[in-house]
Order: sequence, then C-alpha cells, then structure tokens
Amino acid sequence: MAIPPVDVTDVAIAPRPGGPRKRSDRRAAAGFLAPSMLGLLAFTAFPIVASLILGFFDWPVLGDHRFTGLQNYKSLVDSDEFKTAIINTIVFVVLYVPLNIVISLGLAVWISPRIRPRGLYRTIFFIPVVTPVVANAAIFTLILSPNGLVDSLMQTWFGVQAPNFLGSKTWAMPAVVLLSIWQGFGYNMLVFSAALDAVPASLTEAATIDGASATARFFRIVLPLITPSIFFAVVLTLISSFQVFTQAYVLTGGGPGDATTTMVLYLYEQGFRFFNLGLASAIAWVLFIIILIITIFQFIGQRRWVHYD
Amino acid sequence: MTSETSSITAVDVRPPAAPAPAIRLRSRWSKVRAVLSQTLLSLVALLFLAPIIWMVLSALKPSAEVFTVPPKPFGSEIKFGNFAEAWNYLPFGRFIVNTIFVASVGTAITLVASAMSAYAFARLNFRFRGGLFVLYLSTLIVPQEVIVIPMFLLMKEIGWVNSNKALILPWAFTAFGTFLLRQFFLTVPKELEEAAKLDGCGHVRILRSIFLPVAAPAFAVLAVFTFIGYWNSFLWPLIIVSDTDKMTVPLGLQLFLGQQGQRWELLMAAATIAMMPTVVLVLALQKYLVRGIALSGLGGR
Repeated sequence: MAIPPVDVTDVAIAPRPGGPRKRSDRRAAAGFLAPSMLGLLAFTAFPIVASLILGFFDWPVLGDHRFTGLQNYKSLVDSDEFKTAIINTIVFVVLYVPLNIVISLGLAVWISPRIRPRGLYRTIFFIPVVTPVVANAAIFTLILSPNGLVDSLMQTWFGVQAPNFLGSKTWAMPAVVLLSIWQGFGYNMLVFSAALDAVPASLTEAATIDGASATARFFRIVLPLITPSIFFAVVLTLISSFQVFTQAYVLTGGGPGDATTTMVLYLYEQGFRFFNLGLASAIAWVLFIIILIITIFQFIGQRRWVHYD
Repeated sequence: MTSETSSITAVDVRPPAAPAPAIRLRSRWSKVRAVLSQTLLSLVALLFLAPIIWMVLSALKPSAEVFTVPPKPFGSEIKFGNFAEAWNYLPFGRFIVNTIFVASVGTAITLVASAMSAYAFARLNFRFRGGLFVLYLSTLIVPQEVIVIPMFLLMKEIGWVNSNKALILPWAFTAFGTFLLRQFFLTVPKELEEAAKLDGCGHVRILRSIFLPVAAPAFAVLAVFTFIGYWNSFLWPLIIVSDTDKMTVPLGLQLFLGQQGQRWELLMAAATIAMMPTVVLVLALQKYLVRGIALSGLGGR
C-alpha cells in the first residue's frame, strides 16, 4: 500500500574517491535481521502460503482433509449467507467511512489554535481509540438496551419508548456503525491535526490579506494541501472497515438473525464455530482480494485529487 | 461561519486610511466567537465522553438501580465495593495480570526485533537491501484474517494452544515497527556514529548508545501502540485461548457479558478497570500523540 520511496543509494556501489571505503556489512546485517526475518517467515510468510493452499481443501479441525479444488469458492458464490455478509459489510463501509472522515476532519479543523488547551481536546476524542473494543461495546450494550440510558431518557422527555436498538433488524447495523464511529474517528482526527499543523501559516495569512473568506481559505488552500493525509486516512479506514468484527461480535453477535453478520464474523463462524478451516480460508482470500482491488483503484484514482506539492 | 468577519475585513480594510476601527471591531467579534466556539466544543466533548461517564456512574450503583426511568446519575448509595467484587469475580484480576504480562513481553520483543532490523535497513550495506525492505513492507497489506487460520493450525501442531507464547510471539515481528524506526533512524546524522566508529565501537554498541537515546520518541510511540495493540487484541485470543486461566482482559469482559446479564454494575466496574491502563498511557504521553501519529501515519505516504 503505502510504500515509501526506498533509499537504495548503496554507497558500496559508488565509492567516493578519498572517502573511507565502504564495505558490505553482510555478516552484521544477517545478525541484525535474523530475529525479525525468522519471525516474519514463521508467523507471516508461512501462514499466507498455507492459507492460500487451505482454501482449496476441505479441512476440518478433526479428521482427514482432502483436496477439493475450487469447491470452497464455488460454495461461497452459491451461499446466500455469504452474500448477506458481503452486503452487510458494504452497508457498514458505506455508512462508516464517509462519516468517519467528515467528523474527524471537521473536529480537527474545529480544534484550531484558538482552542485551549488543544492537546486536552484532542486527547479526549482519542480516548476510545485505545480502550478495549469489548469494553466500549459493553458500554453501548448497556446504553442502548431497553431501559438503558437512551430508552430511559426518551421515556422521561418524550414519554415514548425507544426502539430495542440491538434487537431490531433496522437499528442493529446503525448501532454497530455508531459504536464504530465513536471509538474510531479519533485516530483520523489526529492524522488530520498533524497535517493541519503542517500547513504554513504564511499561506493562509497571505490569503486573508487578499480578502479570501475563511471558507474560501479552507477549500482553496488548506484542503488541497492536506489531500495526501486525507488519501492516507481514506485508504486505511476503508481497509480496516472491511475487516470489522469485534464491534458486531460483541454488540449484536451478528444478529438479530444475520442483520449484522459481517464478512469477518461469517469467517469466524465458519472457521471456529463449524471448523470449516478450508472454507474460512477461502473467505479470507475473497476479503483480501476485495480490499486489494479497492486499494489499487484508490491509488489509481488519487492522481485526480491528491496534491503532493 | 467566519465569512462575516472576513467580509468586514474585506470591505473596511481596503481603504488604508481607516484600518484601526475595523481591526478593533474584528478582534472583539473574533474573541466572542472564540469563546462561543470553545463552549460549544466543550459541550460536544462532554457528550462524546457521556458513555464513559455513564460507565463509571453505573459501576458505582447498587445492582437493582442500574436501569431506572428516569435515569439517575447516582444510586441510593455509592458502592466502591463493586470494583473489588468485579476484580475477584471470575478471576478478573487474573486476566489483568495475564494481559500485563503478554503486552509487556510482546512490546519488549517487538522493540528489540524492530530496532535491530531497522538499524540494518538504515545503516548497514548489504545486497538486496532495497528489495528485502519492500518485501518486509508488502507483508503489511495482508489482513490478519488471512493469517489466523493457518496460525491456529500451526499453534495446535506445536502445542501452543492456550499459552502465553501463542498470544505473544505471532504478532511480535511486525514490519510496521521496522518501518517506523527505520524512517526515524534515517534522520539521525551520520556524524554522530563516526566518532564512535573510530573509537572501535561495534554495531550493537552504536545502536544502544547512539540510536536508542536519539530515537527515544520513536521508540516511545512504537512501545505505546504495540502495548495498546496487545492489550486490546480480541480476534486472535478468542481463537487461541479457551482456558479461563489464560484469558486476557477483552476475553474476560466478553465472558462477563455472556455469563452475567444481570450484574451490569460489575461489568461496568470491570470495563472501567480494563480501560484504565490505556487511558493513563495516552494521557501521560499526549504530548507525543500528534507527533507520533504524524511519524507513523504520514511517513507512509
């Protein structure tokens, strides 16, 4: 994804005359790279290859496994449950990503240098990013339950009962999105804050003197300058939102029915409740490929709207 | 929002003869707006924190008074005892100790392994350095879900199911740490090491006594995010741990949620305890937050 320009200026290739001769540090490099390389081979490279292979097998946890070719993928194509999981995931992504970006950018702008102390406000909105998702979800379960805080307030103020959010096919997904936004936007807010801090004040001041309104200054000067950060945030937020699991697992368990069963929740159920490890691996690869395609399209599309200088 | 102020400026400042009153008017107006803006933002922040405040308030209530209409901030008595009860209920204290161990050891291994490989990529000359680095980075695009299934089989094969090793080691060797530290190491001036090299210091010594202190902020950022990552990790522990004795905090909370639909005050007390370490870390390091995010996030463009 975000692959930085790699520094390949290897001095050994071009020894400077007169300078100290650079030699290859092959031995030292082998030693220094050994731990991370062994770890990555064992716990990343090997599982990736193994997962690809597993996808072509019928592989129960107990009992014999056998090669079934594309059977897992075929059954996914035919599966209504998997279709529902994909649709649920897309609904989540479509609701979550734009809201996340707009809210995080809006608050990053709002917490301007005139707000004091800035660090405190930024930290407040960042807190749920670092608290355990299960704890966050537990609070929302309490608040959104019948007779919980929301329902209780509605009864007191308006004399009507709130819908049973977590038990309703209509409201369960919005509840999952709400929890995800609440705990998620703080990260992007800090990304945008860092980008906004880096916008040179001289540019906006010059525009002010030229009589540009604040709105014009923001949309014409500030926004284009921070498009690389927005691009970065959109790419990462999209990737992580396709992988949504814990919020739905804890808040609704994927229900009611399968109203909030996302792709990863479906993967978890297939893999670790029904122990179809082959099928679960196939789901993981479908997810990976969807993420990859969307990310590639974003990198292609970025030329139209991201300004790097 | 600000268009009004600016249009005043635009109209009145142009004739350079009379700028003073316009500027005074503008600055008074902008002070009022700053106060308004801050007040409104504080309200938004309070609303945002409401779930967490409600969690703490609920944790202090007697069992029968968690759900009331109308909602009350405090119950008939303030029960601090709920925290002690939650700690001992299930073995929640045990979960905390487990998680502190897993997160600390995992963070330590991550820091050491990342520092070593980052040093190699930033300072050592060897063939295929660029290619190998790209290979490292390419592992970052693979979602965790692809990895967990074969990892589960691997752990079963080598008998690590229900062990701390299985919680720690698979996630301790990330390309992310290598990348973050390498980016920082590249900004360290080479002159710093030259003297040490002339004195005959080896690479280990240079990494320890020159890079470690200079790159302390980068290490701090990596340490905090790694620790928090271990602390909050859910999917993998859910898959690999079923033994209550080995559970981590998020699993314990989930168990709580499943078993005790009735004891909400204890669950909220447990959630409060579970949130404490990460919140304290973030508050303590808030100075570095934006910088760290800039370092880890924007460095990647």
